[in-house]
Amino acid sequence: MMKIVVCIKQVPDTTEVRLDPKTGTLIRDGVPSIINPDDKSGLEAALKLKDEVGAEVTVLTMGPPQAQKALREALAMGADKAILLSDRAFAGADTWATSSTLAAALRKLDYDLVIAGRQAIDGDTAQVGPQIAEHLNLPQVSYVEDLELDGDSLILKRVFEDGYHKIKVKMPCLITTLSEMNQPRYMSIGGVFDAYREKEIITWSLNDIEVDTANIGLKGSPTKVKKSFTKGAKAAGKVYEVEPKDAAKIIVEKLKEKFII
Amino acid sequence: DKQPILSENETHKGIWVFCEQTYGKAKRVSYELLGEGRRLADILQVNLSAVIIGNNIGDEARKLIAYGADIVYKCEAEILENFNDEIYIDTLTNLIEIYKPEIVLFGATVYSRSIAPRIASRLNTGLTADCTKLEINSDNRVLLQTRPAFGGNLMATIICEKKRPQMATVRPMVMKALTPNYSRKGKIIAHTPIISEKLSTKVIKRVKHLSSIKNISDAEIIVAVGRGIGEAKNIKMIEDLAQLLGASVGASRAVVDAGWLEYDQQIGQTGKTVRPKIYFACGISGAIQHLAGMSSSEMIIAINKDSEAPIFKLSTYGIVGDIMQVIPALIEELKTRIADKNLNIKNRFKKY
Ligand SMILES: Cc1cc2nc3c(=O)[nH]c(=O)nc-3n(C[C@H](O)[C@H](O)[C@H](O)COP(=O)(O)OP(=O)(O)OC[C@H]3O[C@@H](n4cnc5c(N)ncnc54)[C@H](O)[C@@H]3O)c2cc1C
Ligand SMILES: Cc1cc2nc3c(=O)[nH]c(=O)nc-3n(C[C@H](O)[C@H](O)[C@H](O)COP(=O)(O)OP(=O)(O)OC[C@H]3O[C@@H](n4cnc5c(N)ncnc54)[C@H](O)[C@@H]3O)c2cc1C
Repeated sequence: MMKIVVCIKQVPDTTEVRLDPKTGTLIRDGVPSIINPDDKSGLEAALKLKDEVGAEVTVLTMGPPQAQKALREALAMGADKAILLSDRAFAGADTWATSSTLAAALRKLDYDLVIAGRQAIDGDTAQVGPQIAEHLNLPQVSYVEDLELDGDSLILKRVFEDGYHKIKVKMPCLITTLSEMNQPRYMSIGGVFDAYREKEIITWSLNDIEVDTANIGLKGSPTKVKKSFTKGAKAAGKVYEVEPKDAAKIIVEKLKEKFII
Repeated sequence: DKQPILSENETHKGIWVFCEQTYGKAKRVSYELLGEGRRLADILQVNLSAVIIGNNIGDEARKLIAYGADIVYKCEAEILENFNDEIYIDTLTNLIEIYKPEIVLFGATVYSRSIAPRIASRLNTGLTADCTKLEINSDNRVLLQTRPAFGGNLMATIICEKKRPQMATVRPMVMKALTPNYSRKGKIIAHTPIISEKLSTKVIKRVKHLSSIKNISDAEIIVAVGRGIGEAKNIKMIEDLAQLLGASVGASRAVVDAGWLEYDQQIGQTGKTVRPKIYFACGISGAIQHLAGMSSSEMIIAINKDSEAPIFKLSTYGIVGDIMQVIPALIEELKTRIADKNLNIKNRFKKY
């Protein structure tokens, strides 16, 4: 049976993100967490393959113990196995160190297909997927919007700024998926029951995987955040409450100043 | 006697720009990066090199010199008519290992954002994503890479102090290209791309959208429309305005989700990032995810009937009013001005 591992990241629901006006840091308390949207579509794609041809779907996340919640949701949607990689030593990782840790866990698993989201909505780098592929020496297809099984290969639609490619790739491989790919299913009632009663979350710490401690966490990260700050809010410009005709004149004046007309 | 072991900071010199191309033409962001790379190279007093990979790219290689490169590394092969991640990654990694630049810049495009992470991993070095500002710390030659994260809510300055090269992807439309100077002298060095015998991916179909007016990433003026437009048939009015201005039509996600415009036209966190000279926001509330894709536009003109709409906090000029009235009035006004002065609207699409 086909084996699929989906890497999911728990992220703050960004519509709710607020900044502390004094410190400028993100207020995480009370901010709901969700499965990163691109990853959830990747999971849906895996579950569809499971429905159609049969597959074993494992979800994998690296994060603090709270990240269990994201795994439970994935189990309730229909994933078969869930693995939480959690250890203080993993904390503070950049994408290089995050991907070496996730790759170390993947080496302990069987897979034909590894799925990652294109990009996490908090870190926003889109680097972890390709970097896992590099660590595992897998071919990659990124920005996937459509997937079709073709024997032991996949036919994928990879979207670019100005068009798309159809790409054929032999498994095992890694793909990164776009949230536009599909509409993820909801958790089913039976699924929720299973997720909490029947299925268990396997937790792996540093001791459970084979990885050089020089390559993980803050210490193993080549990049460092030197400082972070909020964008000095652009001063709001002028706002006019006038008749449509006058509004049109004002706009045309502004366009003239910019040499547009 | 043993040679002293040099740190990577001492063994690596020079700035590189990866110049992504399709159909034999470099992406505009490549020229922008050469402009920025030139500035950094002059500060560090090193050479600026461009790398270009593809098929039939000879003319383009010369052009990269005009845009600021001292050296161009050119890798050509017929199979490179299409992108191939394996060939690109193997070839670029190899060149970087041979020449050891201290900084390598990529455009933050779909393609470069897919290959740069693997190259960084293979070279055991860091990669900063989506930079909008680059500076040099003059004390230690370290590149200060500033980028937005959390959908534009937070800016972070990232450094890669110990590993070389320092690698970054840089957003399109942020850096300034130089005016090309075709009398500039430079060197073109050809390298054979590394093509593995067993390629595991193959492009079986390649589709280019037939969008001249649609490609919002390169437009200097964008007329963007939100849910405030009410219904699909009203979009026509927006398209008329765009046509008068030589602008492209953009959309908020609400409009794309409703099926009134294409995903290609969506601006924001899960759509495109744009930085036009002028951005019209018509009936767009200004949700943070929308702002993430357009907040660095040079001039933002917002039209919204709600004087409390968040978009007004960001706009250069705000009009509180009903778009169903303001836009027809604007179209009228533009038509009479153009007729009056016999003015022609210039073609607003940058050629590149
Ligand atoms: C403000 C800020 C800026 C940063 N900038 C950089 C930078 O420029 N370069 C850099 O190297 N690091 C950077 N980091 C660190 C980076 O955010 C972390 O390494 C993070 O763990 C992974 O990066 P990402 O969130 O961008 O994920 P992405 O690379 O965007 O994630 C892509 C996919 O990888 C998978 N994935 C990612 N993380 C996990 C996980 N923990 N568990 C399971 N699957 C996962 C998911 O499928 C996800 O959709 C930054 C951090 C902050 C706070
Ligand atoms: C993870 C995530 C990613 C997202 N990504 C994006 C993205 O990439 N891009 C994006 O745009 N959104 C994105 N969104 C959605 C975003 O949060 C907003 O829901 C969306 O931008 C709202 O679109 P809107 O402004 O058109 O609609 P609304 O918020 O409904 O605003 C409509 C506005 O029109 C005004 N209006 C109504 N009628 C008129 C009239 N006759 N004349 C003038 N004004 C009128 C109203 O006052 C209102 O301000 C994302 C959301 C999430 C959770």
